Amino acid sequence: MKTKLFLILALALSIVLTGCDSDGGKGSKAGMVGSNAAEKVYVAPGEHDEFYAFLSGGFSGQVSVYGLPSGRLFKVIPVFSQDGEKGYGYNEETKPMLETSHGFVPWDDSHHPELSQTDGVPDGRFLFINGNNTPRIAKIDLRTFETTEIIEIPNSAGNHSSPFTTENSEYLVAGTRFSIPITETDVSVKEYAAKFQGMLTFVSVSPDEVGDMEIDFQILMPGFDYDLAHSGKGPSHGWTFFTTYNTEKASTMKEVNASQNDKDFIAAVNWKKAQEYVKAGKFHTMPSNYLNNEYSDHTHSATSKKMTSTRVLIPSECPGLVYYLPTPKSPHGVDVDPSGEYIVGNGKLSADLTVHSYSKMIKAIEAKAFEKEIDGIPVLKYDQVVAGVVEKPGLGPLHTEFDGKGYAYTTFFISSEVVKWKLGTWEIVDRIPSYYSVGHLMIPGGDSRKPWGKYLVSLNKITKDRYLPTGPELAHSAQLYDISGDKMELLLDFPTIGEPHYAQAIAADIIKDKSLKYYKLDDNKHPHAVKNEKDTRVERKGNEVHVYLTSIRSHFAPDWVEGVKLGDVVYFHLTNLEQDWDVPHGFAVKGANNAELLVMPGQTETLKWIPKAVGVFPMYCTDFCSALHQEMQGYVRVHPANANVKLSWGLNEVEKQEK
Amino acid sequence: MIKTMALFALSIFMLVACGEAGDAQLEKNASSETEAVESAASETAGNDGLGVGPVKSVTIGALDAAMAKEGEDLFTKNCTACHKIEAKFVGPALAGVTERRKPEWIMNMIMNPEQMVKEDPVAKELLAEFLAPMANQHITEEQARKIVEYFRQVDSK
Repeated sequence: MKTKLFLILALALSIVLTGCDSDGGKGSKAGMVGSNAAEKVYVAPGEHDEFYAFLSGGFSGQVSVYGLPSGRLFKVIPVFSQDGEKGYGYNEETKPMLETSHGFVPWDDSHHPELSQTDGVPDGRFLFINGNNTPRIAKIDLRTFETTEIIEIPNSAGNHSSPFTTENSEYLVAGTRFSIPITETDVSVKEYAAKFQGMLTFVSVSPDEVGDMEIDFQILMPGFDYDLAHSGKGPSHGWTFFTTYNTEKASTMKEVNASQNDKDFIAAVNWKKAQEYVKAGKFHTMPSNYLNNEYSDHTHSATSKKMTSTRVLIPSECPGLVYYLPTPKSPHGVDVDPSGEYIVGNGKLSADLTVHSYSKMIKAIEAKAFEKEIDGIPVLKYDQVVAGVVEKPGLGPLHTEFDGKGYAYTTFFISSEVVKWKLGTWEIVDRIPSYYSVGHLMIPGGDSRKPWGKYLVSLNKITKDRYLPTGPELAHSAQLYDISGDKMELLLDFPTIGEPHYAQAIAADIIKDKSLKYYKLDDNKHPHAVKNEKDTRVERKGNEVHVYLTSIRSHFAPDWVEGVKLGDVVYFHLTNLEQDWDVPHGFAVKGANNAELLVMPGQTETLKWIPKAVGVFPMYCTDFCSALHQEMQGYVRVHPANANVKLSWGLNEVEKQEK
Repeated sequence: MIKTMALFALSIFMLVACGEAGDAQLEKNASSETEAVESAASETAGNDGLGVGPVKSVTIGALDAAMAKEGEDLFTKNCTACHKIEAKFVGPALAGVTERRKPEWIMNMIMNPEQMVKEDPVAKELLAEFLAPMANQHITEEQARKIVEYFRQVDSK
């Protein structure tokens, strides 16, 4: 009895001691109840994470920004989908961002975030991401964390093998996962094998601070499915590698019929050669309709440019442009190691993992070690290009990343695990389960020349019992592993937005000091900006009513408008006069059929509003801005259509009327 | 039973132990609060009416009309959403401000409002009265000086 009591006392005392941990648990083992993993992911309140992680939103169409190692969500950046929270795609300024040759497309399936690189290392300027469904690539400016450009990819379908940058972001790429008749026309699906083709698109990025995207050229390919890609680095800089499946050219029941061949291909594209052919005029000009949408931080508005043609190269006319590397079996990811020598083909139906050698590939090309040609594209002999095979690593390999210390990490979807293996010896050194069914994985900088080989994030397809249940639909999951030691160690689960496919991460120091705090009012070139209350006004142009208003803590000017008539279309042009960090103002008006505005300091945004009834309609600030936020409200009076009234507006003692 | 009591006693001890530390902290805060209020009463105590911020000393000479004009433009653009010269609005009326406050105080209030409303006794009292903390519009020292010149011109009339 006494012993027992003593033990209890000792235990209670230890609780007392740890309970009053004086330094708040920061950097101290006390208070962490002996959990090493918890300590490794604990970022104390007010402290910053070591890495920014950018996770694709999958079928949400967006990008989410997390901190590592904490797994804390900082922001969801709207990219391909309308976002009522931020008014993106709803306000007049950002609507053009979602315009395509198919009209306004307010959703997409975003898959692979890719950081811009300089010398093969993420440089923190831009993040790019592909839209899979209506083929597009978007650019996010990492000073503002806003989408600033979207370019549509013509002659394409299922833009999956994208964007995957080259070493200095000379190019982003875009390959067709779904081959189609090119040019696009109505052909029987049964004629797939004869009439469908693939297309590999190279999008250039200007090296300045704008990072302007343009389609430089396209390459017309056999009608396979082009699944994923990665560009070479170091010695292999100048090449981009694309995986293929359905080399059977099946058009139906692909689950079976596209899985017949023992080997499919990795297509190796020599894009420096392509540049030479383009320069020499060996391209075909193909009529192609696509849009290029650009957002300006000065006008705070997007514009759409209509494009009408692309330059297309045909491999049979351009020797040395493309080679096929036989790779078992329906390879999914293709990943190039930090040295640029090894090209890993993750054959998702293969028992083994195939690794090709870049230097062997060059020798095989020089020796013309071809086993055959397909549509003028030489197929290199497998045994002349393969560097090694990782034998029986697991079931269903999908993706590989690298730690920069000589190891590779591959995900296995079917056996639900991450396997660590050694480059060069191909031996398996460690494996750890994922919960559950891992797809992509990400090591910060893990597809670059210099990975930060400290953490690994697995991006899982199935969550099942990992979190509190939320009905039939469950959060997708990310899991954080410590890979700094010999053995991988699971540290943390955190839920994600939509379905995370790929992700990228970068040391926080590279980005955080460049982050913009507010837009300078003096630089605001929005055509409807008003820069002080004196200039606020309401104007009628036929049945359009333009309200030029301002916001500052905590009132709108004007805060009442009368003289709007039923049948009018009202545009509220709101300029936020604040010039300080973290003081956005929101704007909402009753019955609006779109969303709110969320206007950053120094910015101007426009909400279109068509009143449907006579009455008095409140408007108010939606983003809690000060102690008097609840007072930040006003009214718009809507008169009958035939009312004989003039527009009038005001604030406090100021009252004005249209002439 | 003994077991339960022992645990209970210990938990009390734990609460007391943590509570005491907490109280001490509170007392400390409370006493600095009192100090601040006292110094507010004496107006110029603490910072000699210069306010808290980057501006330590300003030389004032004859009224510079060109400078005042630039100050007026800056004032119109950055301040008039909340301040009027003659009337109380979101913030106080500014007529006579150069008689009530030193130029350093005015410039620090413009450039460093967050710290001013926390630390300067006069600014603290103004926040308590108006409740809307003054917005930081990121005015430079040179611009703030021009705004002061405009206020001097207004007050000289």
